Amino acid sequence: MTPTPVRSTPLRTEQIILFRSSTQIFAISSGSVQEVRSVDSLAGSAAELSDSSVKKVRHVLRRTDRTLYVVNSVLHFGLRPSPAALIFLLRRSRAALLVDGIEKMTTMTRLQALPPAFCNEERLWYRGLTVLDQNVIPVVNPLGFLTNEELLQLDAIANPVVADPSPATNEAGFTL
Amino acid sequence: MSVLEQLDSRSCVLLRLGDRRFALTADQVVELVAPSRVFRFPNRTKELDGVILRRGRVVPVCDISEPLTGKRMGARRFYLISSRATGIPGDSVAVPVSGDCELIHADLTPAGSDDSPHVAAWLSHNGEVIEVLNLTALTPAGADAILSQAETAMPEARA
Repeated sequence: MTPTPVRSTPLRTEQIILFRSSTQIFAISSGSVQEVRSVDSLAGSAAELSDSSVKKVRHVLRRTDRTLYVVNSVLHFGLRPSPAALIFLLRRSRAALLVDGIEKMTTMTRLQALPPAFCNEERLWYRGLTVLDQNVIPVVNPLGFLTNEELLQLDAIANPVVADPSPATNEAGFTL
Repeated sequence: MSVLEQLDSRSCVLLRLGDRRFALTADQVVELVAPSRVFRFPNRTKELDGVILRRGRVVPVCDISEPLTGKRMGARRFYLISSRATGIPGDSVAVPVSGDCELIHADLTPAGSDDSPHVAAWLSHNGEVIEVLNLTALTPAGADAILSQAETAMPEARA
């Protein structure tokens, strides 16, 4: 009788982009980023929201299939102001993300849930935490940048600018 | 069975916060660790200082010194990693302490209805009456957070 060979379970990994906003490094799944563009390349296609009640959103982008609200990540996370250079256009989201720059692309092998002691908005902001080179990096939730309430406010302001046929909610349907 | 009902004669860890001493039941205490790097990232839970990394696990740091003594701990501090009675396996916090902790065995008197929520019991040691702390009352954990953690911990545990 021959022993059954032990099969090792392959380690599941996820490709991530490490990006910088102000002095903070964040991670985002590369699968949730559809495009990375420079701020300059979108200068002509972004319309300004002159009277946005959602302070972190100043511009709206009209794509062929959807309207994207440009979220300033520094304002979203309450960080010290810094010049943004890149925009992440996110998949399955109505937000585009303004960031300072990309640090690198890498792989994470483990995503730890946010400890329960963190009990406020950060639970929507982050999928969890990962450890890379003995550093703790928050992994952002691509659907956590705009709540349904904020989307409704933005749609009301943006309607004179663009007529968006898509529903007002994120696919995740987050509300605060 | 509540924490209070379990209390009688127990092992406790005495810890010093500023000029005062407090106690935690020893079964809550995971370990005392040397001063460690605190990692900070944006969040809206003001009670937390950040997180430390211990054996690959991320542990939130909660300075309970300020609500208990009115003063924050200094920069040079140890961390007493303690589990919390939230029902979530592995839910723990790192409490900054001055480092001189002591394991004792003492008879505990359950807290009364007039005591603050952070007092789980009282003990007497060397002529001093010391509060046995209820960490769950001293550290943040919203009901929603606990619920969502319980529901999503496994799918998100590994990417």
